Amino acid sequence: MDPVAALKERFGEDILYVKEFRGEITVVTKSELIVDVMMYLRNTPGLTYNFLSDISSVDYYPNAYGDEYDGTEEYDYRPERFALAYHVYSMLYNRRLRVKTFMMEEDPVAPTLVGVWPAANWLEREIADLMGIRFDGHPDPRRLMMPEDWDGHPLRRDYPLGKERVQFSFNMQEIQNHKPFADE
Amino acid sequence: MLLNMGPHHPSTHGVLRLLLELDGEEIVTLMPDVGFLHTGIEKSIEDKSYEKGVPLTDRMDYLTPLSNNMVFSMAIEKMVELEVPERAQTIRVILLELMRIASHMVWLGTQAMDMGAMSMFLYCFREREKILHILEMCSGQRMMTSYIRPGGVWRDIPEGFHEAVNEFIDYFPPKIDDYERLLVKNPIWMDRTQGVGIIEPDLGLAYGVTGPSLRGSGVNWDIRKAMPYSGYETYDFNVPLGEHGDVYDRFMVRLRELRESLKIVKQGIDRLDKHGPFRSSNRKFVPPPRSALGHSMEAVIHHFKLWTQGYDVPDEEVFTAIESPRGEISCYLHGTGENRPRRVHFKTPSFMHIAAMPMFSEGYMLADLIGIIGSVDIVLGDCDR
Repeated sequence: MDPVAALKERFGEDILYVKEFRGEITVVTKSELIVDVMMYLRNTPGLTYNFLSDISSVDYYPNAYGDEYDGTEEYDYRPERFALAYHVYSMLYNRRLRVKTFMMEEDPVAPTLVGVWPAANWLEREIADLMGIRFDGHPDPRRLMMPEDWDGHPLRRDYPLGKERVQFSFNMQEIQNHKPFADE
Repeated sequence: MLLNMGPHHPSTHGVLRLLLELDGEEIVTLMPDVGFLHTGIEKSIEDKSYEKGVPLTDRMDYLTPLSNNMVFSMAIEKMVELEVPERAQTIRVILLELMRIASHMVWLGTQAMDMGAMSMFLYCFREREKILHILEMCSGQRMMTSYIRPGGVWRDIPEGFHEAVNEFIDYFPPKIDDYERLLVKNPIWMDRTQGVGIIEPDLGLAYGVTGPSLRGSGVNWDIRKAMPYSGYETYDFNVPLGEHGDVYDRFMVRLRELRESLKIVKQGIDRLDKHGPFRSSNRKFVPPPRSALGHSMEAVIHHFKLWTQGYDVPDEEVFTAIESPRGEISCYLHGTGENRPRRVHFKTPSFMHIAAMPMFSEGYMLADLIGIIGSVDIVLGDCDR
């Protein structure tokens, strides 16, 4: 069964965009629907995408808004700042599919997939920590990689790459001066 | 009772903190705490041109750096449609399989040592040393080789490579026999591993467990067979499977994988010519040979452009996955149309395995946990990135 045709028949207008690049199919849908889409992909005989390979996040920071947005067709399908890319794999038919959703810049939020695949638990926690996308209904929404009191989300494109000098001094004041994030 | 195991407990294989809630000696809940090794490799790669990201990927899974190089290089090759010569693919396969043996050696040594078999640790590191020596011949480095690059491998295999690999192929099988004699029928080993840390196949799939840990539960899924890359479909090898999904089965699967990997290395080295192209000749993406710089202006220009500016890749996204010794490692690469990636994300097997750890360790004894941690072969650099 062709996943794109099946999804279009089931969800109709809510499948916003379909793209193929280097043999990989990307289906863009609304973020509210992601649980329904995943349940459908997992449970429908003929599709049986039974394995969640990966959830990744993308930040389209300068291109989504601002001067560089030129309104061409290329940017039409990704008007928002953040995207989530879900990669599912069907062991039965040996094929992969990418489902993408887009989120607003202010308070990006998506429903959690933990109820569909428990594997999503840590993948979502990592995204929430490093990219700052909130997952509605997540059972354990703590930070994963960064300390609990860390300010900001390091993987965002507008978060500066922190550079830290090698410490050759034992003078604490001098060390602190070169650590931009240390004393926050 | 609440017990902190780690971050520097010797059996946590790195800096992993396990927060345990115990009832007597039984584990009621387990909460893994990671992030101690988080180095922001994904963020750092976003600041570099594509070729310069390769040395950073070495630092993720430091026991099998070539697998990380491979998955990142494959993503770039897919993105810019770069052809890799067949001989380069053969070199890649040989070294990837040697790396798999080396990685399994560390796993076997450390797991056996955790369970009290000290001599295994010394034997396994002795064997690993031979493989690291072969890598050092090729790249000058023992661990962080960055040998697999987009378009092929960094440089040609050295003189004496065939002899060194053939010597290892003869040297290694008797050693596997030794390991089997030491452990497979060992009553203490069997008592401590059988029926412990059982991963049910469906639960394993739902929790994203991959690689030998999943195959120990009898799920026949190996990316080398399912979605062959680098010419794996032309090699003859078997995928060992377990039945019960306990620590013992995962141990047996990895032990049998050693022989299968050796089979692949043997086939690869037999078909590898002594001379030929070791990387793509597309000068827009792969630097020209060093010798050409002396007499060709074109070569100088390409060399300069590639190492200062890099190359542009389209504003699109690709996803590649390979079978690392620990399981499925995948790379999601999103370009910007310029010479730096917008987003690079690695999904690493250890990350998923540590996340799934509560599923297959709750309800067992604290002493069993030592075996369970070793049996999924976690690497914390792989988890935290």
